[in-house]
Amino acid sequence: MKTYFILASKNLKRRKLRSWLTLIGIFIGIAAVISLISLGNTLKATINSQFDIGSLDIISVRAGGISGLGPAGASVSNPLLEDDVKAIERIGSVKYAISKYTRTMKMEFNDKVVFLGVTSLPDSRRINDVYEELDIITEYGRLLKEGEEDRIVIGKNIADKIRNGLEKDLKVGDRILINEQEFRIVGILEGKGSFRTDNLILMNEKQLKELNEIANEVDLISVKVRSLEQVDFAKEEIEKLMRVRRNVKEGEEDFEVSTPEATLATVNQILLGIQIFIVIIASISIVVGAIGIANTMTTSVLERRKEIGTMKAIGARNKNIFYQFFVEAGLLGLIGGILGIILGIGISYLGTFSLNNFLGINTKPSIGFALIFFSLIGSFLIGAISGIIPAMKAANENPVEAIRG
Amino acid sequence: MSEKNLIVLKNVAKHYQMGNSIIKAVNGINLKIKEGEFVAIMGPSGSGKSTAMNLIGSLDVPTKGEIYLDDHNISHLSESDLAQVRGKKIGFIFQQFNLIPSLTAKENVMLPMIFQEVKELEREEKAQKLLEIVELKERMNHYPSELSGGEQQRVAIARALANDPEVILADEPTGNLDTKTGEKIIDFLNKFNEKGKTVVMITHEHELALKHARIIYWLKDGKINKITKKEKGGWKSIKNEK
Repeated sequence: MKTYFILASKNLKRRKLRSWLTLIGIFIGIAAVISLISLGNTLKATINSQFDIGSLDIISVRAGGISGLGPAGASVSNPLLEDDVKAIERIGSVKYAISKYTRTMKMEFNDKVVFLGVTSLPDSRRINDVYEELDIITEYGRLLKEGEEDRIVIGKNIADKIRNGLEKDLKVGDRILINEQEFRIVGILEGKGSFRTDNLILMNEKQLKELNEIANEVDLISVKVRSLEQVDFAKEEIEKLMRVRRNVKEGEEDFEVSTPEATLATVNQILLGIQIFIVIIASISIVVGAIGIANTMTTSVLERRKEIGTMKAIGARNKNIFYQFFVEAGLLGLIGGILGIILGIGISYLGTFSLNNFLGINTKPSIGFALIFFSLIGSFLIGAISGIIPAMKAANENPVEAIRG
Repeated sequence: MSEKNLIVLKNVAKHYQMGNSIIKAVNGINLKIKEGEFVAIMGPSGSGKSTAMNLIGSLDVPTKGEIYLDDHNISHLSESDLAQVRGKKIGFIFQQFNLIPSLTAKENVMLPMIFQEVKELEREEKAQKLLEIVELKERMNHYPSELSGGEQQRVAIARALANDPEVILADEPTGNLDTKTGEKIIDFLNKFNEKGKTVVMITHEHELALKHARIIYWLKDGKINKITKKEKGGWKSIKNEK
């Protein structure tokens, strides 16, 4: 078998440009598969990390049907109320419920004005539970204490002049105007490479409500369940309770109770859909490439009839001729595959780099050994399969006729 | 020279269908080639000598009649079996040299041994030895395109001898070469003939045949027209033995 590879590679060396051009199909197809699968994985990993799911036993309750990353519940006609928080906390499977607010607020510093999202911290001892949920520690300074006013803690990106829009780094001790009120920065969080954590601005809840003139409505209720097994049960209980409290029928809910798992599953499902779609497109490209290889191999068989006849005259059996052309077609595919893998890896790195820049995070492209391995095997097989018919044609040549050329 | 008949053709015919008419390229040939013989097959173009060579070289099977190579009937063998027979027992030399352009001289010589599954080391040694004999040792790593016509034909001779065949079958071996280069090629064929190899040469050059062959079969219209044999005192016509 080794001999066939040597013979085939020697033949490939004297191939004309047009045989190499037919590799473009395989080349692009494999490049697409590699880059898209790996970018898809990166995207999945990124999105999952952006969701910051430290614990899977946290359920979110929002008003309105809108799920998303924006300031939840900020402009809903029928908002959640503080009483809802207390009611939910009375459910047996619930350990505690915390009201949460995220509002876009005006920031002034260094004679610049920016609008950034600010997140509330409870005034109670629950503050530590929130810290635990968020899974944060400070790199500089400290976290806020229970009920501490006129102080804020900021994420890594907010402190960074390249990303905060203030054209100046923020440091512990800096004073900054938020909605015309002066705050002092007491802590800067350690970077996690996640959009959510690194862009946090944490403020005392009471002060956030005052500055935004919030009465008794709540943006989001974060519910901690007693145990992981009770998550689904607790979700149902909360839904039942909220239907009664808001006087809506089942199926007509104007609120949403979401578990991190469900959210993740939805996102991953969408990503999977995109990946499948792209793989289908890539497959079309590969099919075109396979036809290209079949075509170039057929031409090659015609061009080399005399050679085939000579080989038969000096003792080559049909199977020897078949293997030679079969392996040659496989190697053509493999070369297309190798080039495609190189391009695909390049695209993945470029794509990840752009994604990192865009989101201000730090992920690496995930190109598995298995992906590369199967791409190599696959491209060889695609080439070889495309070469079967031409190789059979070559093998079945009549030596007398073939040798005449 | 032994008395053993190496190649025997009994009433061999080869007909081709060409449209509606049947072409009788070879139409009833009887011949016996003895081991160690130097035979020439002569004839004008269209006389059937190429077809005869294809049949003798087991590249083709006859429509009628029987062909024996080394006492084995090869008239009805499958293509793969014929390939085995050719590879082992026959060494082809072509007018156009027919070297594989992507392989070096040495690799070309090794190729027939690959098909007989000779071990790699043995192949290399044998190819080197053969190229040494045809005086091409220094050029064994050159590609055919880098060799002159005469050199290419010498590589072809080395290749023909790779599997120690019983017969060297040369089809117009000097047809593409100038006289001087052609002479050298024939000298090599003579040398191998003297060492006991049977040589069958197809040619239309009278001089060449008369000078080197010991028996000449003259073909005309697909049949043997006459047979002449070199004896003391010159060429003598002999009867075709059935």
